[in-house]
Formats: sequence, C-alpha cells, structure tokens
Amino acid sequence: MTSEEAPAARDVAVVAFAQTDHRRSTAESSEVEMLMPVLHDVLAQTGLKTADIGFTCSGSSDYLAGRAFSFTMALDGVGAWPPVSESHVEMDGAWALYEAWTKLLTGDADTALVYSYGKCSPGSVRDVLTRQLDPYYVAPLWPDSIALAALQAQALIDAGHTDEPALAAVGARSRADAAANPHAQLKGRQPQGDYVVRPLRTGDCPPVGDGAAAVILAAGERARELCARPAWIRGIDHRIEAHGLGVRDLTDSPSARLAAEKAGVFERPVDTAELHAPFSAQEVILRRALRLGDDVRVNPSGGALAANPVMAAGLIRIGEAATRIHRGTSDRALAHATSGPCLQQNLVAVLEGDPR
Amino acid sequence: MPEVLQAPLVVEFPFTRSLGPVQSAFLTGLRERVVLGVRTGDGRTLVPPVEYDPVTAEEIRDLVEVAPTGTVTTWAWNHEPRRGQPLDAPFAWVLVRLDGADTALLHALDAPGPDAVHTGMRVRIRWAGERTGAITDIACFEPYDGPAAQPGDHTGEFAAPLTGIVAPARLDYTYSPGRAQSAYIHALSQQRTVGERCPSCRKVYVPPRGACPTCGLATAEQVEVGPRGTVTTFCIVNIKAKNLDIEVPYVYAHIALDGADLALHARIGGIPYDQVRMGLRVEPVWTEGARFPDHYRPTGEPDADYETYKELL
Ligand SMILES: [Zn+2]
Repeated sequence: MTSEEAPAARDVAVVAFAQTDHRRSTAESSEVEMLMPVLHDVLAQTGLKTADIGFTCSGSSDYLAGRAFSFTMALDGVGAWPPVSESHVEMDGAWALYEAWTKLLTGDADTALVYSYGKCSPGSVRDVLTRQLDPYYVAPLWPDSIALAALQAQALIDAGHTDEPALAAVGARSRADAAANPHAQLKGRQPQGDYVVRPLRTGDCPPVGDGAAAVILAAGERARELCARPAWIRGIDHRIEAHGLGVRDLTDSPSARLAAEKAGVFERPVDTAELHAPFSAQEVILRRALRLGDDVRVNPSGGALAANPVMAAGLIRIGEAATRIHRGTSDRALAHATSGPCLQQNLVAVLEGDPR
Repeated sequence: MPEVLQAPLVVEFPFTRSLGPVQSAFLTGLRERVVLGVRTGDGRTLVPPVEYDPVTAEEIRDLVEVAPTGTVTTWAWNHEPRRGQPLDAPFAWVLVRLDGADTALLHALDAPGPDAVHTGMRVRIRWAGERTGAITDIACFEPYDGPAAQPGDHTGEFAAPLTGIVAPARLDYTYSPGRAQSAYIHALSQQRTVGERCPSCRKVYVPPRGACPTCGLATAEQVEVGPRGTVTTFCIVNIKAKNLDIEVPYVYAHIALDGADLALHARIGGIPYDQVRMGLRVEPVWTEGARFPDHYRPTGEPDADYETYKELL
C-alpha cells in the first residue's frame, strides 16, 4: 500500500423512513409507546429486525420530558437487551443521523437505526426552550422562542427582504401543501391569526405538538438490497454560529450556507428542498442563504409550519426528502435541520437517487 | 381501559455558576451601574462581553466601558408578558447596541405601545433599584432622546468582584405516564400489582412500560403478579436521607414478585437488618391510604431455592 489517497468513502443511503401522525397532545402514550409504531414501521419496510441493526442512535431532550436521562426509557422500544451498539444526542434526530452516518463511513456497521421524538404537550415549549440560552446574560430574562424569532423577523423586514404579507404567504403555502401529508398537524386553509409576538402572527409560528420519526441508513450494496431506490447521502455537514444573538447578523444564515457548501449543495442544482424553518421568516432567510430559486420545490410536506415535533422535525426533513427520492419524485434533494434560537445551528444534507 | 393519569410536575433548580474574569467584571459592573464590553483583536467592542473572540476563538480580556445609551437594532412587541420576563406590562423585546459597542444586547424596552418603537430609536438603561450583579440589574431600557452619554473609563477592576451567580430556573409540566404505567398505578390503588407480558419472549415486566426491552415489541397483556415475592439481592443503607423518616440502618432490596420476570426494589422491614438474606420470602405491607406498599416483610415461609430466582439477579 503505497497510495497516500484515502480509500473511497462508502456510499450511505436512507433506505426507510416513518413518522407518527403529529398531534397537539399524546397524553395517552408514554414516549416509548408513541415511538414504537414508528420503529416497527421502518423495520417492516426493510424486513430487518432490531437484532440485525448495526448501530442505533437517537435524539431527544430531557427538558421536554422534564426528567433526567429520559432517553433511556425509549431504549426499551429498540430491544436494548442483549446489549446494542447505541448512542444518543440531546438534539434533533438530524444530528443523530449525522453520527450514524459517520459510524457507517468507518465500516463499523452496515446498517443504522436513527430515531427521535419529542412530546411538547407536557410543558410549555416556549418557556422550555429558554433554558438552552446563555445562562448568564439571556436565560434570566426568559425570552421565549417566539420572541426571539420575532426579533429575527423584524430585522428581516427592516432589511427589506420581506414584509408581513410575504410571511403570511409562506405559512399559507406550507399548510396548503400539508393537505397532502397525512401526518401533518396543521393543514389546509388556516387563519393568519393575531400577533403572538409582533411581527409574528399565529400563522407565522409552528403548531405545538408531539411526534416521533425513524430512519434506517444502510451502506453500499446493503442499501440496494433493502430499498428499490435508495436516497444516497452525497454530502452532509453542520455548522454553528456565535451564541450571542447581538453578535450575529440575524437576517442571514452563514452557517447554513457554509454547511451547504461543504455538503456539496452548490455543485449541481437540487429539485427539492426540505427546510426546517419553524417560523415563516426563517424560510425566507434559508432560501437566500441556500440560493434556492423559484424552480426548487420547497417543503412539499408542509414543513415545520405544518408539524414541528421538537427534536424530530429536523430528522423528518431528511426523511421527507428521502421519501421523494424513493418514490422517484425527486432526483437530487436538499434536507436541512436547525437547532437553537434564530437558526443558530444548521445541518444540510444532499440526497440523490440513482440515475434513471 | 382505565383513564390515563396526569399530575402536575414542577422542576426547579438553582444553578450555581462560576464566573470567569470577563463575566465577573461585566456582572459586577452592572451592580455598580457600569457597563463593560470586551475588545477583540480586530478592535471591535462586544457587549455583552465574551471570553473568546467569536471569529478567531482567541481568548480576550481587554475590558472597556461603554455608555448606558444606545440604539435599537431590532425589536418585537410582546403584548402578553410571560412569567420571569423583565416587565409585567406589555413591552418590546429589543436588541440594543450601546454607544461605544459594536454588538447588541438583548433586553426589554418599556414603551407605551408598538407604534412608539422602531429600529434605530434611541434608548437608555433604566437601572433596577436593588442590584445584585445580574443581567436583571438592568430593569429595562426606556426611550431617550437626549445626547449620547459619554462612556467612563472604568478598567473593570472592582473592590468586591462577584465570583459566581445563582440562576434559578423553574419549569411546569403536566406529567402523564402513558397507558401501561397508568394501568400499573391504577392497580396499585387497589393494592394489586400488574405487569405486562411480552408477546414474543413471554416475560412479565413490572412495572410495565409498554415495551419489552429485550424484543423491542409492544406489550399489552396484563398479568397480576405477587403479592408475595423473593429477595434476590439487597444492600444495607447506613446514611439517613434528607426528609425521609426511616431509622438507619435499613435494608433496600430487589424483590422478584411471584410471576414477574423483573425485580422491583423496595425497603424490607419487620426483620433485623442483619438477618435479611437472598432468597428471603416477603410480602407487601400497606399503610392506610398509601398509593404503594410502605415496605415488604418476611412471610415466614422457607427461603426460596436459589435456582428459582437466579435468572432475576
Ligand atoms: Zn420480549
């Protein structure tokens, strides 16, 4: 072996995706009870059993559940005994997928199960999310998630990049598209509503809801065995910006743009983009940052404005993009997930189907 | 199916946090009505200050004072203030770039209504009457149309600098244990213990969580277990827990209830602590109105054979 070139990376694909019907409350189910049908669904799609899975990775948040180590309870749903190779991120499942993707690239596993879930109904998610903010300068003021998104929206309006009618149109289009999505929580014509925190109205904000999602990844030939048209992950990258809101240019998303560049988005056009934009103004920012033209189908699922189960909504974007490739309605799709206030952290993946 | 249970759950924690030199100077400064920023290598002044340059990641410590007046860079009208927020009456959230700073600070602006607020408007700090060294020492901002205040030349050296803060947090939840655990808790209220059997491996889990952790399958078939059981292992507790009225030493044990394939844990009573042993047969002792057994006591039966419980250790 004299070559100094690294061996070619393995091809890894999304081969199955499932999600719950997202609802305002699922008090009748514990987290694992809500999650299990979704896990069984992706396993059934591939014919795999939990014992066949090489690596398992999940995403969730103790702050939604109000309990420490809450993810350990959900592990019952994947048959964690006998011991499984398993990991967890206290983040959206999109980041769990990133970890699983790197695990498959190493060759340590050929298949991975990625799942995530969030029940927003037990608490007030607007207040819960304040606990992720800077604990010295920001969290003591309890600025809720809608307030921070509203500051970002006003900055965007002041910069001349949008106005309130344009924002309303983003919400209306998302919910109209969601009419074809059986899992969406808010679909069809919805009133734009009153201001929640001005300039954002009800229609500019995501519904609060509970839900879960699961994805199976497979490498190389294993992916072709498990799926007729695998959604190959051609690139995936995630970047973060300064935590100080007043340090950042809230009208832009340089971290999303950089992640997209590193993931290879700009090498060739995409036909579909699933953007994790919980607030209408964030879609405007992401379209600009990711240079998405009017010819790109954005959020045909309805996006996070139609269903936003916290910790699962980003993974769902990857799953929805992959599903369109599986069905042949997309050949090259962008999937995006965000975390933190005002698009602080962004993950971008490029998915492709085999040429037809 | 019995009704799914719900109960209020309050999570409160007073986080005790250390301050580094930069955060200490900033928060101590607020206590003394001085606003400090930190200067980066490229000459920008960050307010509020951070310890590492957000662009270069270099450590920065060069403190400079900025003015208590500034300009709104963006805002949002909050007509329904929530618990913990700076003002009780409707207010604007604002990012304010203080005079002398290059970045903006998040806080509240006291204004009569949204029509009185715009990006670019001039504001000044309204100090809290009692200041402790916290971001809330700034009570809020208020509209200001006077001349820009001149920043002082404070160096960030204080006589009694803060070294830490206590940041209290409280979140309110409505906890629901879901279907399987609700059924378990309902049964306990009738002094019965129910588990659920896995449809595949046939094991009975107590308390049930709705899934078999071995097979990853949903469980639904309810099985009544106990009330008697066998001590599989135990420990002797020698330290008295806070707010717990139990004399030490006492024994805490894993107990395999008859018919269950998973051991519960509970306190053992009615027997001197140094006579508790593996294989001891026990039964629950209920107190009036209790929602779970107070403890387990010996039944007087012969000890269980090791072979009967070794799988449950
Ligand atoms: Zn089983």
